[in-house]
Amino acid sequence: MPIASSSARVAISLHGVTIVQQGKGVLPDMNTSPLARENAQSHAPATAGEAAAAVMPKMQTESLSIYYGNFRAVADVTLPVRDRKITAIIGPSGCGKSTLIRSLNRMNDLIAGAHAGGKVMLDGEDIYASGIDVVDIRRRVGMVFQRPNPFPKSIYDNVAFGVRLYGRIPKAELDDIVETSLRRSALWDEVKDKLKQSAMALSGGQQQRLCIARAIAVEPEVILMDEPCSALDPVATLKIEELMQELKQDYAIVIVTHNMQQAARVSDTTAMMMMRADRAGEMIEFDETQIIFTKPRDKRTEDYVSGRFG
Amino acid sequence: MVVTKPLSTKLPTPLVRRMFQHGDVPFKIIIVLATLFTLALVVGVGVMLWLFTSVTRMDLGFSFVTSKTWNPTGSQFGALPFVVGTLITSILALIISVPLGVGIAIFLAELCPARLRAPLGVMVELLAAVPSVVFGLWGIFVFVPTVVKPLGNFLKNAFGTSGDVIDLPLFHGPFYGFSYLAAGAILAVMVLPTIAAISRDVLLAVPGSQREGAFGIGCTRWEAIWQVVLPYGLSGILGAVILGLGRALGETMAVTMVIGNVAQLSGSLLSPGYTMASVIANEWGESSTPAYASALLEIGLLLFIMSVLLNLLARLLVWSVQRRNPQQHA
Amino acid sequence: MARGTMTDPPNPAARTTEADVADTQAIRARARQRRVQASMARERVRRVTNAVMLGLTGLATLLALIPLVWIIVDVVLLGAPSITPDFLTQSFKPASLGGGGVLHAIVGSLILVGLASVMSIPIGILAAFYVVRNPNTTLGLAVRFGTDVLAGLPSIVVGLFVYTLLVVGRSYSALAGAVALAILMLPIVLRTTEEMLKLVPDSLREGALGLGAPEWKTAFSVLLPAALTGVLTGLMLAVARVSGETAPLLFTALGSNVLSSALNRPIASLPLTLFVYATQPDPIRHAQAWAIALIIMVIVLALNIGARLIARHRAM
Repeated sequence: MPIASSSARVAISLHGVTIVQQGKGVLPDMNTSPLARENAQSHAPATAGEAAAAVMPKMQTESLSIYYGNFRAVADVTLPVRDRKITAIIGPSGCGKSTLIRSLNRMNDLIAGAHAGGKVMLDGEDIYASGIDVVDIRRRVGMVFQRPNPFPKSIYDNVAFGVRLYGRIPKAELDDIVETSLRRSALWDEVKDKLKQSAMALSGGQQQRLCIARAIAVEPEVILMDEPCSALDPVATLKIEELMQELKQDYAIVIVTHNMQQAARVSDTTAMMMMRADRAGEMIEFDETQIIFTKPRDKRTEDYVSGRFG
Repeated sequence: MVVTKPLSTKLPTPLVRRMFQHGDVPFKIIIVLATLFTLALVVGVGVMLWLFTSVTRMDLGFSFVTSKTWNPTGSQFGALPFVVGTLITSILALIISVPLGVGIAIFLAELCPARLRAPLGVMVELLAAVPSVVFGLWGIFVFVPTVVKPLGNFLKNAFGTSGDVIDLPLFHGPFYGFSYLAAGAILAVMVLPTIAAISRDVLLAVPGSQREGAFGIGCTRWEAIWQVVLPYGLSGILGAVILGLGRALGETMAVTMVIGNVAQLSGSLLSPGYTMASVIANEWGESSTPAYASALLEIGLLLFIMSVLLNLLARLLVWSVQRRNPQQHA
Repeated sequence: MARGTMTDPPNPAARTTEADVADTQAIRARARQRRVQASMARERVRRVTNAVMLGLTGLATLLALIPLVWIIVDVVLLGAPSITPDFLTQSFKPASLGGGGVLHAIVGSLILVGLASVMSIPIGILAAFYVVRNPNTTLGLAVRFGTDVLAGLPSIVVGLFVYTLLVVGRSYSALAGAVALAILMLPIVLRTTEEMLKLVPDSLREGALGLGAPEWKTAFSVLLPAALTGVLTGLMLAVARVSGETAPLLFTALGSNVLSSALNRPIASLPLTLFVYATQPDPIRHAQAWAIALIIMVIVLALNIGARLIARHRAM
């Protein structure tokens, strides 16, 4: 988000925070912006508007398999992630949900011996292709983890952390980014008077929202949430779920949950995963959430969502 | 402990015989005695050294550590040159070994392939197993002539008296190889494994979720290590550095063999000197008077006090990290 | 509460849908624009820093291996030629008579280290029993801290302590030397035994006690054997540590040129002899010093590597 050149800084103060706070404004036209075209690549034509976005998923796994050494943990998953929608991944434990979601920003790379087969397209670009910058992918596809993992720094420094990676920016601008991110993660009112205090002193739910603020501060395009509420109490869970509804106005969100009610409550589309006989996880059904939970096609999905399954 | 009681009530035997048969009471007494003995040793070191240094403590008091004249034949005992020598060599050792040691810890804990981690770790630890006197031998005949001398001469020419680059008092005076520089450099090698091994353990105890968090917002590997993992384990690494310092302060043989052994107060790294430990080792055989022996013992007492304080500090720091994530420390 | 904050005027969530869509596009366009612009200079700096610093850590590791390899190579090359049958079977002779051998020092070292082991091992193991069973009593905590302090004491301080205890008023002696080494071994023995005993499952102890075995018998015939390899590892490391110790012996065993096994007289040891020879201006003694260094290094490295192999064997 911070930038090297001074001209870009002007761009930020003009279009960045200011606009986010004031709502719509002087936006560069997507249709004509050369930058937009450059980033949209060949798969997503420069003329892509909302209609195109509806057709073209933000992310799409294509016959994706994930291996740990010789063991195949996830097999042949083809899953579209639509923009400004929440995609839930559900299934019994051990079915590869976490492995799948962690492959969407290549977090699995950190595990020795893990590798992927197939493709994961982000705006029509395979993130596993050679020459792809993993660090850049992780910035575009942010992640929130099972347990809140704030850094043992101040609340302010946690949110500013990702932004500062890209260079020094004026304090006023950074203040704006921190405030905006905290507002968007519905944490601002609770912490605005203690930004300099340690993030470790926050409650679990607050910590998780702080992690969300930290993730959105770098303006990602997709947010991955790996069981974000599993360590939280019901009240904190409710807040996170409300927050997800707000965030999906701006982002494509993928959430892994083993709580089916949560999937039913928050998501727009749902992928159902199961473990095969060879212990590889496969996606057995993908559909609108409403359909998955009311009239699934697969008997196993029906059993699972109706609680007849271990 | 409770379980044994019913058994003995079922078999009523005379007390002595019962104790002989089961032996639990003597056993408990013995293990408590062994424990007390261990504890007594620690206290004993301080007490005995305190008692045996009364001569110089009474006569000189605090001026023992502030006086810079060490002239045993004239009964002048000022330990300042040795305190300063210890500080110079130890700090020099840390300046060299801390960046290297932390670098090694990072490599072993964060980067190196899992199957290389154990063998490389063992090799680093083996360096710590090399006896001080062997370091000293190697120092005298190999390290000082081939590494320290050229390095010292370079420093002298570049920064010494009317040096080519800049004139620094740190590199003044004549240079013969055996010097603070030699002692500090060999100490750096000796404390390196301590700092590296403990820092590695500290880094391995940093929860993986911290790394995930860093990678998750687009950190490069180095940024994740430098800005997240290291700060998280900072107090533990500080503890490792302090333990390294503790080892450097008390290291005797290798230092005695390469430092040149001259009782003078000098601010130049190139001049020969003494550390507290090396003056004791080197002059012990000559300590003919009670005051001389007492003075050397008092230097030992100072070493004892410094060592206890440093250990206390280091353990507190290392514990503070391990306590923060006990589940990670397996 | 969360909802409440969402109604604040500057909040992005309060936008209408069409404007929202356009706005989102704008946000992303800007984010990308920034990325593209930032990615020129700054990104290169980040990538280069990453590569350079990671490379440096690898380099540091390599650098640390250099002295180890260098010392080992020198000790072998310079020490091996002097290791002859005579060197190992003769005692000290003046340099004019060829210098003799180091039998006296080998015997002295064996006596010192053996005696130190005999003293420190029982006390260390017994105290470890206490610490494992009473880790949080005042005494338990005190001795754990005391062990740390003892382990961190400069060995020269331990030497001075034993001097005040056993040498003053008597004479330098093998016994005093062995006591000094024993004090240095004690914290290592205690610590490793404690760690290993802690790993023995409680069920094992309860099982033995449940069968009516007395506490001490349980300790020695059930717990200790179960922890044996670990304890052995600790012992080997402790022996390795004191086999090369020199400084404390300067004030206790003193050193000697004669073959002796008397405990109340000064005695030679390998590291002491090495120190004396290395600091004499005599090439014969220097060669002998390297040979002694080779003997010590073989012992120390063998014990260290052996201890680790045993520990790993146990772990598997």
